[in-house]
Amino acid sequence: MMQWLKDLMSPDLLPPLPGEGWGGGRGAGTGSHEVMKAAVPPPQPSPGRGGRNASVRAEPDETLAKQLALVIDLNVCVGCHACVTSCKQWNTSGSAGPLADAQPYGANPTGTFFNRVQTYEAGTFPATQTVHFPKSCLHCEDPPCVPVCPTGASYKRKEDGIVLVDYDKCIGCKYCAWACPYGARELDEERQVMTKCTLCVDRIYDEHLPKEDRKPACVKACPTGARLFGDVKDPDSEVSKAIRERGGYQLMPEWETSPANQYLPRHVTQQTAGQE
Amino acid sequence: MFSFLSREPVHDPLDAPTPTAHTQVKTTTCYMCACRCGIRVHLRDGEHGPEVRYIDGNPAHPLNQGVICAKGSSGIMKQVSPARLTQPLLRKAGSERGAGEFEPISWERAFDMLTERLGRIRATDPKKFALFTGRDQMQALTGLFARQFGTPNYAAHGGFCSVNMAAGMIYTVGGSFWEFGGPDLDRARLFVMIGTAEDHHSNPMKIAISKFKRAGGRFISINPVRTGYSAIADEWIPIKPGTDGALFMALLHELIASDLIDHAFLKRFTNAPQLVVLDDCERQGLFAFDPDPTRGPPGDGRHPHNKLVWDLSEGSVKNAYPEGIADGCDPALEGHYTLTDGTRVAPSFQLLRDRVASCTPEWAEAITGIDAQRIRKLAREMGETALRQAFELPIPWTDAWGKQHPTTQARPVAFHAMRGLAAHSNGFQTVRALAVLMSVLGTIDAPGGFRHKAPYPRHIVPNYRAFNDPGMIQPNTPLNAAPLGFPANPEELAINPDGSPIRIDHAFSWEHPLSAHGLMHNVITNAVKGDPYRIDTLLIFMANMAWNSSMNTMAVREMLNRKDEKGEHMIPFLVVCDAFQSETVAFADLVLPDTTYLERHDVMSMLDRPISEFDGPVDSVRIPVVPPTGQCKPFQEVLIELASRLKFPAFTTPEGGRRFTGYPDFVVNFQPQPGIGFLMGWRGKDGTEHLRGEPNPKQWEAYAQNNCVFQYHMPETMHYMRNWNREYLDFAKDKGWRQRNDPVQLALYSDTLQSFRLAAQGKSAGRQPPDALRERIDTYFDPLPFWYPPLEEASTDLDTYPLNAITQRPMAMYHSWDSQNAWLRQIHSHNYLHVNPLTAQAAGIADGGWCWVESQWGQVRCMLRYSEAVEPGTVWTWNAIGKADGAWQLAPGADEARKGFLLNHLISEELPCAGTASGRISNSDPVTGQAGWYDVRVRIRPAEPGEPEESFPQMASMPSAPGVLGKAASVLTYFAGRGKK
Repeated sequence: MMQWLKDLMSPDLLPPLPGEGWGGGRGAGTGSHEVMKAAVPPPQPSPGRGGRNASVRAEPDETLAKQLALVIDLNVCVGCHACVTSCKQWNTSGSAGPLADAQPYGANPTGTFFNRVQTYEAGTFPATQTVHFPKSCLHCEDPPCVPVCPTGASYKRKEDGIVLVDYDKCIGCKYCAWACPYGARELDEERQVMTKCTLCVDRIYDEHLPKEDRKPACVKACPTGARLFGDVKDPDSEVSKAIRERGGYQLMPEWETSPANQYLPRHVTQQTAGQE
Repeated sequence: MFSFLSREPVHDPLDAPTPTAHTQVKTTTCYMCACRCGIRVHLRDGEHGPEVRYIDGNPAHPLNQGVICAKGSSGIMKQVSPARLTQPLLRKAGSERGAGEFEPISWERAFDMLTERLGRIRATDPKKFALFTGRDQMQALTGLFARQFGTPNYAAHGGFCSVNMAAGMIYTVGGSFWEFGGPDLDRARLFVMIGTAEDHHSNPMKIAISKFKRAGGRFISINPVRTGYSAIADEWIPIKPGTDGALFMALLHELIASDLIDHAFLKRFTNAPQLVVLDDCERQGLFAFDPDPTRGPPGDGRHPHNKLVWDLSEGSVKNAYPEGIADGCDPALEGHYTLTDGTRVAPSFQLLRDRVASCTPEWAEAITGIDAQRIRKLAREMGETALRQAFELPIPWTDAWGKQHPTTQARPVAFHAMRGLAAHSNGFQTVRALAVLMSVLGTIDAPGGFRHKAPYPRHIVPNYRAFNDPGMIQPNTPLNAAPLGFPANPEELAINPDGSPIRIDHAFSWEHPLSAHGLMHNVITNAVKGDPYRIDTLLIFMANMAWNSSMNTMAVREMLNRKDEKGEHMIPFLVVCDAFQSETVAFADLVLPDTTYLERHDVMSMLDRPISEFDGPVDSVRIPVVPPTGQCKPFQEVLIELASRLKFPAFTTPEGGRRFTGYPDFVVNFQPQPGIGFLMGWRGKDGTEHLRGEPNPKQWEAYAQNNCVFQYHMPETMHYMRNWNREYLDFAKDKGWRQRNDPVQLALYSDTLQSFRLAAQGKSAGRQPPDALRERIDTYFDPLPFWYPPLEEASTDLDTYPLNAITQRPMAMYHSWDSQNAWLRQIHSHNYLHVNPLTAQAAGIADGGWCWVESQWGQVRCMLRYSEAVEPGTVWTWNAIGKADGAWQLAPGADEARKGFLLNHLISEELPCAGTASGRISNSDPVTGQAGWYDVRVRIRPAEPGEPEESFPQMASMPSAPGVLGKAASVLTYFAGRGKK
């Protein structure tokens, strides 16, 4: 990793600026931002953030107490794309939106999606495997997209490990997209900022939602229950159990990003139970 | 150098973007497909009223339990699609159909025009009005409209969809798949899915398969292609299209040879032991009956009860009921016997055994491409799982003949099958073979097997008053019979005295007698040919006949505009009702703009297509959550308005006034039987009676307060074995789901089919087919299932066209209905032909290259992708993605038009046939008229260098219809409540 850049970002080097800090000011951003300029009272500090001296950001190399993540069960994903459009739908009208679509009714439509499903084939007929493969930001414990960001827009939250983009700081230089080995970040062509999965941070803490709905939109939508959500640092969580019991694995561990999201492999039931 | 940067984020991701905007949540039912999940529509106030902020699955709804699919999550884009029609349109005088030149008119003018014209038709020759509906879910209302009008020319889309699946199973076990029954994956150990890509009962299937896999169940998928569900199957068995029947016959062969069959189940609950007459006589091949006149008539498909069995313990003939099933009687399943009067008979199961004797796994291997050993192993796995891994549930039940069973026998092998079986001209017999297979394993309505959903099981054959006489069509008179049904014998066919068809689609004629869902795919061709007669007005609802819903699409487009020698259109008046500017809209004379599902009332009714669960009936509604767009009117309101103006008796008071104010009023107050209405929840004046009761004026409010759904849980003793469950049979009759409470014996042997065969052979008195069709009926109306090659093969040079071409429906789209959806079309903006690499390389086509795919009927140019997930003899693509340029308000040159393609151009709606006056017959199953979509044979070759890199054929761009919601913008940034602070 780019250690010199990480060193520059350490708190010792960068004291907070006057007037900055949590809740102050609103960046100009780029693009059409009526939504950003909605006349709202200044946001209050969220719980746990404390005052000016308590940082939202995780330090580089800091080990977090809590790391929220998704676990994707490839054993039951049928490639229906529910996660793709339920995410799009939630986020386009949320604090991460709008999510633009270019040429929405024309040739080569292309829009901003935080989660995509690709389908791969492995093997040769008749021993072919068809694998439906959803992928969104894996909220790495050591995310390469964070230190490369020249404005500090890319950051990892200390309290739960979610990696986010601060749209008000992002200048759309796309360094983070180059750094991410998973291709999980997309430039929103209209706003010219990077966007990515937020783990529905605006759902999971929203006390206006019923408790059972405080989970990412994709997790709630998935008809086969192929998406699990929880704290991978908690050994008793659903996600930790699934990883342990089902042999969950990380993508491309050789990149040393320690992705928090993991995948559960296919499991083939060879015989009907009881048959010899 | 970065000292000006603050480390802390400025943008707060938890900040509500419009914190002061008013929000609300309303429940309704999705209609992005026909699954009909319960949804919550979250609204946020915008400048012009509430806008949809998001749609999610309703956790309190029994069908989807809070999940939602890609289509359901994209409902917003359906709602705001620029392709939305918003005003009635009239074709400009002098313009051609297909040119899409319209002028907007008022609803009042549209209603006047329709009332005048339909009134005139009704007063002179009602059959000249044809009403055919596509993706509708309100057949109880549309069918009622047609019947009240007095025309027999009505059907929905089942004839070109999957009537074979419905009829093949209903004529065998009294129910079928989709919302009418399904695999019990909660208790099954082995699940075999055949010929299924994605069907509309989808989210519950996804929930169930996942749970089943996690519990350790084994899932086998039999399909030429490995996509979707098949991807997560534990085993994929590739098969050649149209050959599944051979596989089932071989499985039956193996199960019977290994004695892995449920003898007790067959003896008590099916017609397997019933004695069939073998002598050459008028009743050959029908069941023998007790000639004692006090026992009743000889019986037919609907009155099976005075049959005979051979009691092995006493060596004599006994009445099948009650003696045949009494303790101590052991009815034979094999052997040949003689009645006291000398008639030679055999149990029908003996005939099945004889039939499958030659259906060896080796025989099936040559047909299906599946290794014979694999077939043997599969049979063994099915049989042993069903019989040896059986268990019992501690649920006592009493059968129809009074025997008390202390427990319920489970048979944990479940199946599911869909269009891969149905869309072939051999589909009916193939589905019959599957249903027989499911029956010999004892899985019908058993835990872990196949379970019915109310109002099924229904009688084999379901009761109805047949439309069978041209004299029933009278001016200004409702038809005294149902235009659609299930014929039990030739007397119930819709034919003239000379044997020719009465209906415009030739349904219920000798050409395809059991065409229970009609033949929508032949209406336009027959109407233009004037065969059997010219019609005046064709009203099409929600069907894209000028594009992906037709075979031979280009010819259908030409036919819609064809004129006679006087310059009048062969179909004089064409009315199209749809919510979107489809390809078919361009051909209409009159366009009626329908609402979307978010803007209307609807019912998912027990009289129609409910959403019942295994353990009890469920119905549901849609309630508008946003107001109609523009001047859109729900089609149901249009029908009720017309029915009232035309003064149909059911819609008119005795004083001659209007009976119903509109659709909601109609739903609450219309009762086809006393106490039975469209909705079964909260009936009675105070809303406290369920299933049956007087109309409740506040019924809609009750549904709105209860997640738009009503679910009834039957007591456990009524959950299983409902074909024979006395408590359930009485209950179903009492609630009006069935007319009688007789048990529904499984028809492994179909004497109904035999009655048609006897007519063809000239052995029965009564109606007989035209001589030229005798051989066809004699061949295909076999009372036992059998496999035969699809009919098209006989007209095809298989050396020139060796490959099978099929389509599948993707999970993210529902037929033609989602290319106007900005989000969904990014998942499928165009389609490829998927071909096994060996096949593609042999043809010299590169991966991603342009190619021609050709049948003897037509040719298409498209792009090709290599895929190891398809058997080498098959090519396939996603259906309905190719579009005509400009349709659906897609920009000219959109991917769907430029790169997308349809296989429909390669498929003919007719095949040569020596048996008809015209020398041609519908390209359909000879039993049901099911469109044989997947029978076509093709070849592939590379496109030449220098050919344009676009699909063929290309259409001239369709102009925008007046009033469509909007021009396609170059960027869409949807945000609900924008502009509202």
